[in-house]
Amino acid sequence: MSLLSDPRWGEALSHLPDYLGNHVRVSLAALALGLTVSLPLAILTRNRPAPRSILLALASIVQTVPGLALLALFYPLLLAATSLTLAWFGVSFSAFGFLPAVLALALYSMLPVLRNGITGLNGIDPALIEAAEGVGMTARQSLVMVELPLALPVMMAGIRTAAVWVIGTATLSTPIGQTSLGNYIFAGLQTQNWVFVLFGCFASAALALAVDQLLGLIESGLRRRSRLRSGLGAAGIAALVAATLVPSMGRSSSGYVVGAKTFAEQYVLSALLRDRLQAAGLPSTARSGLGSSVIFEALKAGDIDLYVDYSGTLWANQLHRTDIKPRAELLAELKTALTNDNVTLLGELGFENAYALVMPKTRAEALDIRTIADLAAHAPKLSIAGDYEFFSRPEWAALQKAYGLSFRAQRQMQPDFMYAAVASGEVDVIAGYTSDGLIAKYDLTALDDPRHAIPPYDAILLLAPKRAGDERLKTALTPLLGKIDIATMREANLRASGNDANSSPDAVAKWLWEKVGKR
Amino acid sequence: MGLVIPSLGGRVSEVSSRPMPSRTMIGYSHVSKSFGHLKAVDDASLDIAEGEFLAVVGGSGSGKTTLLRLANRLIEADGGTITVEGEEVRNVDPVALRRRIGYVFQSGGLFPHLSVADNIGITPKLLGVATAEIDARIDELLALVQLDRTAHRDRLPEALSGGQRQRVGVARALAAKPRIVLMDEPFGALDPLTRDALGDDYRALHRSLGLTTVMITHDMTEAILLADRIAVMRGGRMLAQGTPVELSKSDDAYVLELLRTPRRQVERLNALLPQSGAA
Repeated sequence: MSLLSDPRWGEALSHLPDYLGNHVRVSLAALALGLTVSLPLAILTRNRPAPRSILLALASIVQTVPGLALLALFYPLLLAATSLTLAWFGVSFSAFGFLPAVLALALYSMLPVLRNGITGLNGIDPALIEAAEGVGMTARQSLVMVELPLALPVMMAGIRTAAVWVIGTATLSTPIGQTSLGNYIFAGLQTQNWVFVLFGCFASAALALAVDQLLGLIESGLRRRSRLRSGLGAAGIAALVAATLVPSMGRSSSGYVVGAKTFAEQYVLSALLRDRLQAAGLPSTARSGLGSSVIFEALKAGDIDLYVDYSGTLWANQLHRTDIKPRAELLAELKTALTNDNVTLLGELGFENAYALVMPKTRAEALDIRTIADLAAHAPKLSIAGDYEFFSRPEWAALQKAYGLSFRAQRQMQPDFMYAAVASGEVDVIAGYTSDGLIAKYDLTALDDPRHAIPPYDAILLLAPKRAGDERLKTALTPLLGKIDIATMREANLRASGNDANSSPDAVAKWLWEKVGKR
Repeated sequence: MGLVIPSLGGRVSEVSSRPMPSRTMIGYSHVSKSFGHLKAVDDASLDIAEGEFLAVVGGSGSGKTTLLRLANRLIEADGGTITVEGEEVRNVDPVALRRRIGYVFQSGGLFPHLSVADNIGITPKLLGVATAEIDARIDELLALVQLDRTAHRDRLPEALSGGQRQRVGVARALAAKPRIVLMDEPFGALDPLTRDALGDDYRALHRSLGLTTVMITHDMTEAILLADRIAVMRGGRMLAQGTPVELSKSDDAYVLELLRTPRRQVERLNALLPQSGAA
C-alpha cells in the first residue's frame, strides 16, 4: 500500500505529458523515416538477390550495435556534419536531441521492415504474379494491386516489430538530449527512485503495446478490406500523436533550458537552478540525463542555456591538459580558455566534486593505508571499481603514473552501486566522488592525494554563448555562488540517494535552497 | 448402343460443313524458344482461324504452355514470327496485347485477396472502363458462366469450389470482351463431372460469342470432345495438326497412339460395366 500511496507517483505523472509526448514524437518520426527508406528498398531489391543480401547484412550489422552506442554515435557524427554545413553553406543545425535520436532509431527500425518486406514479397505464389501479368497489369500495377496486398500481413508483422523496438530503444535517447520516457528510467536509476524506474518502464511498455495493437488493427482492416478497422487504427495513431502534441503547444520554447549530467548531484543542482530561474520570473525547464561529452557541446551550440560542470573535468576533456595546477590558478586559466568558446564561467558554487579513491575506514586502518601512496603497495592484491568513464579519463592515467598503481582487477559500475559494493567488500577500492553523501553513510574514507595527481574539481556554473550578456539570468543565479559547501552538498546527495518521497531531485533542491538561501 | 464417344461424328461433320475460315487470328511461323539448353518450342508453325476452337495436346514438357504464352508475350520468342489478328506481336505493346486476349489459368489464377466480382472486373478496370459499366458486365458474366449473383459475387475465391473458381476464371478472361481466349489446362484439376459440364458450357460460350479459342490439354478425350482442330506437340516440335478425323490418318505412331487411347478406354469401360448401368 505504501508503494501505491507514494507521492512520487504523482510527481512522475506530472512529467508524463512532456516525456510521453516527446517519446511518441521521436518514435513515430523515426518509424516513419525508417519505413520511407526501408519499404522502397525492400520493393527494389525483391528480385535482385545480390543487393538484397548486402542490404540485409548491413541492416543486421546495425542491429548488433547496442542501442545506446548507436544513439551516442550519431551525436559526434552530426556535430561534424553541422560544422561542415556551417563552413560550406553558412547554415548549421542542432546535433542535439531530436535529430540524432530520429536518425539512429530509424536505422534501428530497418532490419525487421526490410527482412519481412522482402520475405513477404518473395513468398507470393509465382502463378499469381503470372496471372497479374496475364490479365494485363503493368509491373507497377502488379506490385500495387497484387504483390503488396498479398505481402501485407508479413510486411505489417515487420513494421509492428520495428515499432516495438523503436519505442523501447527510444528510452535510450535521453543521454543525447532527447527527452523521452527514458528520463524516468535514467533519473530513477541515478537517484535510486524506483518509482520513476517502474513508471518509465510501464509507460514505454504500454505505449509499445498500444501502437502495436493499433498497427494490428490497421493491418486486419487492410486485409479484410474493412475501412472501419483500418480507419480506427489510423485514427488511434493520429489521436496519439495529437494528444502528445497539444500539451506541448502552449509551452513557450523561449524558456531557459538547464542541463544535467547523469548523476544524482546533477539532477538536484539542475532542479535548484530551474527553481531559482522560475522564482526570478524566467521560464525554464531542466533537461536531465545528458551524457558527459554531450552536455558541453550542447551548451556551446546553445541547445541548453546553463549547467553545472566541474573545473577538472573541463581542464582534461576540453582543454586536453594533463598538468595539474592549484585550484585558483586552474580556475582562472579555465575561465580564459572558455571565453574562446564564448562560454561564460559565471562562478563556483563552493564545493568540489573530485574523484577520490575510497575504501572502508576499517579496512584502510587495518592495512595502514592513509594515502594513495600507501595504497600502491597493496594494489596488486586489490580490486578497484569506477564509473563508466573513470578508467578512460586522464585522471586515472595520472594516478597510475604518479603512484605506480596496478590493481589485480578493475570493474566498471553504476556509480550508485559502487559505494554499497565497496562497503560489502565486493571490491576493495572505488573511484568515488568527494561530494557523495554515501561516503559518510557507509563509513568510508577518501584517501589523500599527496602528489596532487587528481586536479581540483570545483563545481562551476556555465552559461551558453547566447546568454553571455543576459543580466537577468546572472542576477538570478548570483545568490547561489559560493554558498554550497561540501558538507551541505554531501547531505543533499545523501538525501537524494534515499528511496522515499523526500529524495526526489525536486524535493532535495527545495531542501537545499532552504539551507543555502538564507546565507 | 452402349458407351460411345457421343459427339465425335457430329462435331467432325459440323466442322467440315462450315465454310473454310477466312482469317487467321493467331499465326505461328517457324517459332522457336529456348530456356538455356532446353528447346521448349522448336520451329513450330500453326495457324488458328477466326472462330476456331483449337486444342494443343502433348505431354508435360512438350512445349504446349510455352507456345500459348508466346501469343500474348508472357514469353518472348527467340525466332520466327507470331501474329495476332494480323499484327506481329513483337510490334504490339505487351500489356495492351494481354488486355485484349482472354487468358484462363491452370488452377484459376484468381487473386485470393479480391472478391469474385473484383477478380472478374480486373481487366476492364485496368482499361479504365467506368465502374457502373464494369458492375453491369460482372453481373452479365456471372449469368453467362452460370454462377449465382447473390451467392457468389462478393465472395473471396477461397470460399468457392474448384469448379466455381474456374467458372470465375473463364468470366474474368471474357470480361474485356476479347475475340481470342487462351486456356492453359483450364479443367485439368477438376473432378470428372464438373469438368464435363464446364467444358460443354464453355464450348457453348465459344460458339455464341464467336470466340477464337486455344486450349491446352494433356487429355486427348477432352480435346476431341471440345475442339474443332487439334495440334499435337512433342519435345517442342509441332508433330501434327488437323481435325480428329484428319489426325486419325496420320502416319505418326505417337499421334495414332494418342488418338487410340480414348477409344480403348471406352471399350474397356463397356466391357467392365453392365449396359443398363451406363445410363
